[in-house]
Amino acid sequence: MSEEKKLLLDVQDLKVHFAIPSTSPWPWAKPSMLKAVDGVSLKLYEGETLGVVGESGCGKSTFARAVIGLNHVTSGHIMWLGEDLTQLPPHELREKRKEIQMIFQDPLASLNPRMTVGDIIAEPLKTFYPEYSRQEVKHKVKKMMDRVGLLPNVINRYPHEFSGGQCQRIGIARALILEPKLVICDEPVSALDVSIQAQVINLLKELQQEMGLSLIFIAHDLSIVKHISDRVLVMYLGNEVELATDTELFNNPLHPYTKALMSAVPIPDPKIERNKKIQLLEGDLPSPLNPPSGCVFRTRCPIADADCAQQSPELKGIHSHYAACFKC
Amino acid sequence: MSLLDVKDLRVEFSVADGTVTAVNDLNFSLNQGETLGIVGESGSGKSQTVFSIMGLLAKNGQTHGSAKFEGREILNLSEKEMNKVRAQQIAMIFQDPMTSLNPYMKISEQLCEVLQLHKGMSHNEAMEESIHMLDAVKIPEARKRINMYPHEFSGGMRQRVMIAMALLCRPKLLIADEPTTALDVTIQAQIMTLLNELKSEFNTAIIMITHDLGVVAGSCDKVLVMYAGRTMEYGKVDDIFYHPSHPYTEGLLKSIPRLDSEGDELPTIAGNPPNMLHLPKGCPFQDRCPRVMDICRGDAPVLQPFSGDRLRACFSDHRSW
Amino acid sequence: MIQKKANLEAVEKFADHLEVEGRSLWQDAYGRFIRNKAAMTSLIILTLVVLAVIFGPLLSQFAYDDTDWYAISIPPSFANGHYFGTDSLGRDLFVRTLIGGRISLMVGILGAVVAVIIGTLYGATSGFMGGRVDRIMMRLLEILYSIPFMFFVIVLVTFFGRHIILIFVAIGAISWLDMARIVRGQTLSLRGKEFIEAAYVCGVNKKTIVVRHIVPNVLGIVAVYSTLLIPSMILTESFLSFLGLGVQEPMTSWGALLQDGAGSMEVAIWQLLFPAFFMVVTLFCFNYVGDGLRDALDPKDR
Repeated sequence: MSEEKKLLLDVQDLKVHFAIPSTSPWPWAKPSMLKAVDGVSLKLYEGETLGVVGESGCGKSTFARAVIGLNHVTSGHIMWLGEDLTQLPPHELREKRKEIQMIFQDPLASLNPRMTVGDIIAEPLKTFYPEYSRQEVKHKVKKMMDRVGLLPNVINRYPHEFSGGQCQRIGIARALILEPKLVICDEPVSALDVSIQAQVINLLKELQQEMGLSLIFIAHDLSIVKHISDRVLVMYLGNEVELATDTELFNNPLHPYTKALMSAVPIPDPKIERNKKIQLLEGDLPSPLNPPSGCVFRTRCPIADADCAQQSPELKGIHSHYAACFKC
Repeated sequence: MSLLDVKDLRVEFSVADGTVTAVNDLNFSLNQGETLGIVGESGSGKSQTVFSIMGLLAKNGQTHGSAKFEGREILNLSEKEMNKVRAQQIAMIFQDPMTSLNPYMKISEQLCEVLQLHKGMSHNEAMEESIHMLDAVKIPEARKRINMYPHEFSGGMRQRVMIAMALLCRPKLLIADEPTTALDVTIQAQIMTLLNELKSEFNTAIIMITHDLGVVAGSCDKVLVMYAGRTMEYGKVDDIFYHPSHPYTEGLLKSIPRLDSEGDELPTIAGNPPNMLHLPKGCPFQDRCPRVMDICRGDAPVLQPFSGDRLRACFSDHRSW
Repeated sequence: MIQKKANLEAVEKFADHLEVEGRSLWQDAYGRFIRNKAAMTSLIILTLVVLAVIFGPLLSQFAYDDTDWYAISIPPSFANGHYFGTDSLGRDLFVRTLIGGRISLMVGILGAVVAVIIGTLYGATSGFMGGRVDRIMMRLLEILYSIPFMFFVIVLVTFFGRHIILIFVAIGAISWLDMARIVRGQTLSLRGKEFIEAAYVCGVNKKTIVVRHIVPNVLGIVAVYSTLLIPSMILTESFLSFLGLGVQEPMTSWGALLQDGAGSMEVAIWQLLFPAFFMVVTLFCFNYVGDGLRDALDPKDR
């Protein structure tokens, strides 16, 4: 039984490269290119949650910021409901903010310390709908605060008077007040205490069901990503490595990096941990300024050989389970 | 005789708004070769516990109680006496490998400094020993890398250098304050495997402070669960994980998403982390506890031993859960 | 009994809906400042000095340019109304000190206001725009920095003669440079903060971001720095007057009074002491207030 789900986001071969000034003393030396995102393509459908997981330097945050327009795009297309976001002029891109929103990693830093909670949540509303009266705005803000689990009567408090978890709820309220279609969550629970993480994750899932949102959920914690996502994308050094549904990925990982990553995640169960055989990866992450030729993972891969240095593998596979590997 | 015996440890800080009791009524003991995991969230007091044992508290902190290392009291020792204990008997590694090493000194200088100071070695002897230790922590090309600066190493490598530096004097106890929190999960796995290997090789006791229950499950023999500065429960790792006896531990274990479980709704612990300046009277967990009773709001529950050497501080009867 | 309970519940429900007033960071800072005894004392002393320079001259029977040939360089005394004595031309020093204070304080405060406005706008724009605009604006700033100040003032005085407005122009021309640099630095560090990115994502346009998000977060450091700018402006003005390039006689300022007093230091020490005392106390207090502000607005609590 397959439903025809509406395609919302179609990212095509997105590349985000940063020019780093060269350290060579020659003043006309070419700058080195930091390939933060080097060719990522994915499709996102209505109502689904796509998890993007990877370690530091894999480019997941850069990718999210490029989709929402906070980073420039070096090449590639971001098709949102048929329109290419990379070709839109700034004022039209601004209109798209009603449909694509973002939740940030550091709950306190993402809120202006000099504004009240009410003003923070009302800001998107006042920006796009200046015709609403003050009462209407206040009413909507209070309703949203109640929806995310904040007491409406703290509307005049300031961010530093709240805990981390509550600040993140404020951030969520601000992101959802315009009723967007897509919300990009950039490591929204990494900075929170363990007992609060579950609260925020449950809240996101509830809101997603209620409002029919699509989420792109970025995290480095595989367990959390698995819990909340329908499909998961694994990234390594700016490249896509594996893409599958959550059950498929965790029951049957194909790519050697995914296998190593999953075996390294500690499980809160002493017997399992004692008997676990971790696949340790040798060496360190290569520099994104000078990634290995061909498959970027080959320098640490247990099954790589000479062929892997020739070409960069594409995502290929069957039954919506894709892996970028020549050997699997 | 156990290696480290802590009784009734209390740490207080005087701040502008009053006195904060960061650690209250802490008890545990550690034997040679054992690993104790201290688990808690922000504000639980886990870091302040070890800082007070090591004599590293801020100036406005006071320590009360007793901590006996090999039978000798080490709390509130003079700076001179404490310096003899540090590095040689008890060593510590910290969370952020970026800021724990001096960026202006080569690794060789930082390592040799420890040996020259505590073991009275000559420069050459110290160099040889340091290279040997860098090999032990699996830093490739140690002889060449020892002359590099910290910023030339990656995060995981820096943490290995920290571990090497801590083990140079073969201390009996190693305290690791969230050693892998700032590292990627694959690097974390490398470091934890390394720590386990070194533990068997040097028979070091380890106190591992962390908020990650997965790390605790994989490396610890005993577990101490802290909340708002108090011990909630203490016992062997299997007992804590498979038969938790405190609502906080129970709630934590249920609310963590696991890689090997299916799940829709995550059971959560309601409420917010404690405000250390305004703790409620009685049990600090009362506002968030699903099993709260009237008695919990009176006096705080005292740590009671049960079933061997387990301890718990709770009024509700866990056998009827 | 039931009625009482219903009442209680009604009150509770009402209380729930009452909005709790938040405690803004400004209020926090205000509280910390009030508790700082040194800063509060300095603030009170400054207020007294300001009141004195405004109303003090009215209390005296003399005007600032009344010369009395029968009372040249007489020491202070209550009897003849010359509370601070007179200077070498028989003019009452009490009135002259306070009038001089008006000029010095006016130069200091107005100069600081001008520096703050120009410097903040310049620095915030440069820092926020970034890229080429920022580079050009900063190069311009550095060029202005490298103009030797004394040379500039001498040129101005040579062309336009001595006039109080010139002092404003000269000091104003160089004082906003520091403020611009500081505001630019603060703006640069704010630009990378997540709440600015969040504002972009919420669709707020650049101008509104600067006004609503950047400026309120820069005001703290601007307030601190401007209270420290005032003493340096007063000193600069004094320096100019001391060299004879400042206010035109018979109008005076503390610097000019210091110059007169230094000349007759051996015979009439009160001519130096009174203006010096006022100036030192004022500068001291401004510095303490500035320090107090900086402690109160401690960035750790932002």
